[in-house]
Amino acid sequence: MDETPTRRMGFFTDTSVCIGCKACEVACKEWNDVPDDGFVFRATSYDNTGALGADTWRHVAFIEQDGRWLMSSDVCKHCTNAACLDVCPTGALFRTEFDTVVVQSDICNGCGYCVPACPYGVIDRRERDGRAWKCTMCYDRLRGGLEPACAKACPTTSIQFGPLDELRERAQERVERLHAEGRTDARLYGESPDDGVGGTGAFFLLLDEPETYGLPPDPVVTTRDLGEMWRWAGVAAFGLAGAVAACFLRRS
Amino acid sequence: MPRRRDEMVPEAEFRSYYGQPIVKKPIWHEPHMPTYLYLGGLSGAASVMAVAARLSGADRLARASQMIAFGGGAAGAGFLVAELGRPERFLNMLRVFKVTSPMSVGSWTLAAHGGLTSVGAASAVTGVLPVVGDAATLASGVTGALMATYTAVLLADTAVPAWHEAMRELPFLFAGSATASAGAMAMLTTPRRLAGPARAAAVTGAAVETAAGALMERRLGMLAEPYRTGRAGRLMRASRALTVGGGLLAAVAGRSRTLTALSAAAITAGALCTRFGVLEAGRVSAADPKYTVVPQRDRLTARLGGR
Repeated sequence: MDETPTRRMGFFTDTSVCIGCKACEVACKEWNDVPDDGFVFRATSYDNTGALGADTWRHVAFIEQDGRWLMSSDVCKHCTNAACLDVCPTGALFRTEFDTVVVQSDICNGCGYCVPACPYGVIDRRERDGRAWKCTMCYDRLRGGLEPACAKACPTTSIQFGPLDELRERAQERVERLHAEGRTDARLYGESPDDGVGGTGAFFLLLDEPETYGLPPDPVVTTRDLGEMWRWAGVAAFGLAGAVAACFLRRS
Repeated sequence: MPRRRDEMVPEAEFRSYYGQPIVKKPIWHEPHMPTYLYLGGLSGAASVMAVAARLSGADRLARASQMIAFGGGAAGAGFLVAELGRPERFLNMLRVFKVTSPMSVGSWTLAAHGGLTSVGAASAVTGVLPVVGDAATLASGVTGALMATYTAVLLADTAVPAWHEAMRELPFLFAGSATASAGAMAMLTTPRRLAGPARAAAVTGAAVETAAGALMERRLGMLAEPYRTGRAGRLMRASRALTVGGGLLAAVAGRSRTLTALSAAAITAGALCTRFGVLEAGRVSAADPKYTVVPQRDRLTARLGGR
């Protein structure tokens, strides 16, 4: 690889132009050889994929509302402060030169800790092979100078790939234009470095509240409170030692 | 644009994507994980007790505690390895040391604790290298105190609402439960007239566990619901009854062998119920998007002063 430092790469998913074609889901599966995630008729909407998981790295959500239809292609957020990466005990999860978060499947021992750590419920363990899997932002394609398969396949440029700072500018312009057109419910999600995960590498333009799309309204990286957790555990540990000692002191 | 705001909302006060979970449920299995949480705590508190017993000259109790610490740690480690998706890769746990990962810290602690308690127990049984054995046992007091509490950080350091928000009380719940468990096992395996401090530890631990559990449920607000309803609720109530009963019995268990056995059984069952209950409550709180959305919305509203 060349030695020039790489810029942080990311996704901007503009759901206002998503047509729900699921080309991203298919392209992702094909390129990454992601196994079948089951053919489940959910009887709620056109979404028979359900949610992101070990075998679903792009998930198109369909929300049927009166007068309109919301569609959105969800993906791993590649957080600035990534809980999955923080809590991984083996170092299987790592941050790439593109500032994305990737699992090394030859190291993951399937402890499953990353699964409940993710505030978005993205990463999951594939029970068939016992390891954790999620979107890699097509790490192999990026290294080869290509864009991720989902962005390449998207026919409406709903999924845009590029340097994150450029995407943020473009997204800001887009949301301002939509507001000017009277679509005041357009809002960006995950673009702010001030949010609970330090901003996401994959952010979105949504037309409704995040929870409507199955996204947490105010996600926080759990390890932000790790210091406080250890302090309380420390107090409890000293308390335990003191209490046990006291039990023996009374004896003599 | 006209739109109905409640079409996919299971309850009026929050919205979700067809009621689907937002965060993923912990995938840890039963009985592996909750049993490990119990055994790790038992082993840890027993080590602390072994040190206190050794230093105060209660040699019989020290010996019993040492064996409990060794047995609990070894069995616990077995459960933990069996829990992995790729058990043959368990040594990858010691590939790196990461302070940001309670599981990494815990794995190293367990490895050290297991080693120290093994050396201590082996030396005590064989009489070989008594100084090394004593040193190892003393050191296991430090790893033991960590063993009894780190699992609280392990659970709290997740996006699981009922665990993360319980970060203050969980360490005391687990430390109390571990102390009670170790006291129970030690009084069961020590002649009655020498087991006074173990009974005291069982009483103290049971009291702390009960108080921490009550405080946790009071402070959690709506997130106490998963601890109070369904299977988790039954487990937590059983835990409380068994722990309180066992703790009270421990106070008078010096009178007879039967009372001792009853008390130890109740405390042990209570400690196990606590771990199974906490795991289940975590699952429930992750599976229902309400527990993710409502507290986060409240937080946003408080921060922005209303939307």
